[in-house]
Amino acid sequence: MSIVLPGEQVPAQHVNLKLGPGLLQLSSETQQQAKSAPVIATRSGVLNHSANKSKWWVEGNSRRYVPAPQESVIGVITGRSGEGWRVDIGSAHPASLDGLAFEGATKRNKPSLKVGSLLYARVSLAHKDMEPELECFDAQTHKADGFGELKDGFVLQCSLQMSRLLLDPKHFLLPLLGSRFPLEAAVGMNGKVWVSTKETKHTITIVRCIEAVDPDGGGMDETNVKKFLSKLDI
Amino acid sequence: MRPPSPSIPEKKFLYDALKQSLRLDGRDMLDFRTPTFTFGPELGWVECAMGKTRVIAQLDAKMVKPLPERPFEGIITIHSEISPMASPDYEPGRPSEEEVTLTRMLDKVLRRSDTIDKESLCILAGQRVWQLRLTIHVLADAGNILDCSCLAGIVAFKHFRKPEVEVIGDEVIVHSPSERAPISLAIHHTPFCVTFAFFPDALTRPVVDPSLLEQRLSSGLMSIAMNAQREICVLHKAGGVPTAPEEVLRLINVTSILVKDLDRRVEARLLEDWEGRKVEVR
Repeated sequence: MSIVLPGEQVPAQHVNLKLGPGLLQLSSETQQQAKSAPVIATRSGVLNHSANKSKWWVEGNSRRYVPAPQESVIGVITGRSGEGWRVDIGSAHPASLDGLAFEGATKRNKPSLKVGSLLYARVSLAHKDMEPELECFDAQTHKADGFGELKDGFVLQCSLQMSRLLLDPKHFLLPLLGSRFPLEAAVGMNGKVWVSTKETKHTITIVRCIEAVDPDGGGMDETNVKKFLSKLDI
Repeated sequence: MRPPSPSIPEKKFLYDALKQSLRLDGRDMLDFRTPTFTFGPELGWVECAMGKTRVIAQLDAKMVKPLPERPFEGIITIHSEISPMASPDYEPGRPSEEEVTLTRMLDKVLRRSDTIDKESLCILAGQRVWQLRLTIHVLADAGNILDCSCLAGIVAFKHFRKPEVEVIGDEVIVHSPSERAPISLAIHHTPFCVTFAFFPDALTRPVVDPSLLEQRLSSGLMSIAMNAQREICVLHKAGGVPTAPEEVLRLINVTSILVKDLDRRVEARLLEDWEGRKVEVR
């Protein structure tokens, strides 16, 4: 497991090479074979690859989100732009969401969204210098599947690695909190987490736990979180 | 780019939580974040951290000709700029409203309230005086950079030592710190700034030391700069919610308790740092 910096060349060679986040293949017109096109890292982090060396990716931690297609993100609506909406997902450019990109939406039947509403959406198009585009339904089934407006609750910011940890079903935090009180959560890959519980103090507990377990803010492990929870009044 | 306003769920949740006197980081309504100080290798460099808000203050001195209308006084200049490093909401070059408030408050609290005795900065009347330059860098903004900057500034003043100067007739000799121990500045009093945030709901009490979200969603801020001797140096309330005089007096009392605690903490930390720097000359 080696650490790479942006711009470093990576020895990734395979017939069916699949590059994950953080890697880019430089296309060169003078190269005759696609095999010899160099692969460089675009983010700093630990270089990982699958067992048969066909999948390569860079795992790092940062707070700024770089949009990639098919990732679920949480965004805040900042304004209208023509038929659609302008959404802030924490990336360099504001994202655009078409007014009809919802399940069962027609010109006459559009969802009622306001400036300041929270959305759970999927990035459908993302390129380096363009505005990313969002959609609020699943790519294949065209059903809502949890995407759409998030009502009530609270949204907090965490580092990107923390949101990836929360999405991992084997991570301890959300099941541990869920065993104490009922909660609903939506995790965005852009470092935003939406939580909703019946009582305000439960939501505050979740916020404080996530901030404590975040690798940026200390990285508490399971036993310390249990001690922390016993000190709080739930 | 104006900072994006918080989303509707965040607003609703914060107001609901404050109505129940609950804050998002678990503090009490009148709890100040405990400041931690890191001193640099040179005297007069201090980094003040209150939770995630971090500010660096740096003080340096040089000898200049005094202003013609004040030949016996030294010159103190304060330079503060909020760069986009503090938060992506700040733009370089264009001072935001918060930056203007910060500059004005720092000026009032640290310069116009006569914290430093300017006449003690005079070396040779009419010809040579000390010019102190305080530079404030805001590293990270997690709410209340005003209090953090004022704290960093006053601690930098207390931490700094100016080189000893000997005047023989018209000749001025500056001794290096290795020859003669540098001397501390003549400080009259130590003001500390405490900020309160008010909210639109009449039943919600004001909170001390607002976090970033509380500051954005507040309907008014009031800053009180006071020293440990219970003297108010500055009371700053620019617009916001109309407040009854009894409420203002209550908040002044709260400030005096917080300031006593801050003063004790700062003195203890400065003493601890100074013990570590003592060099015995045999």
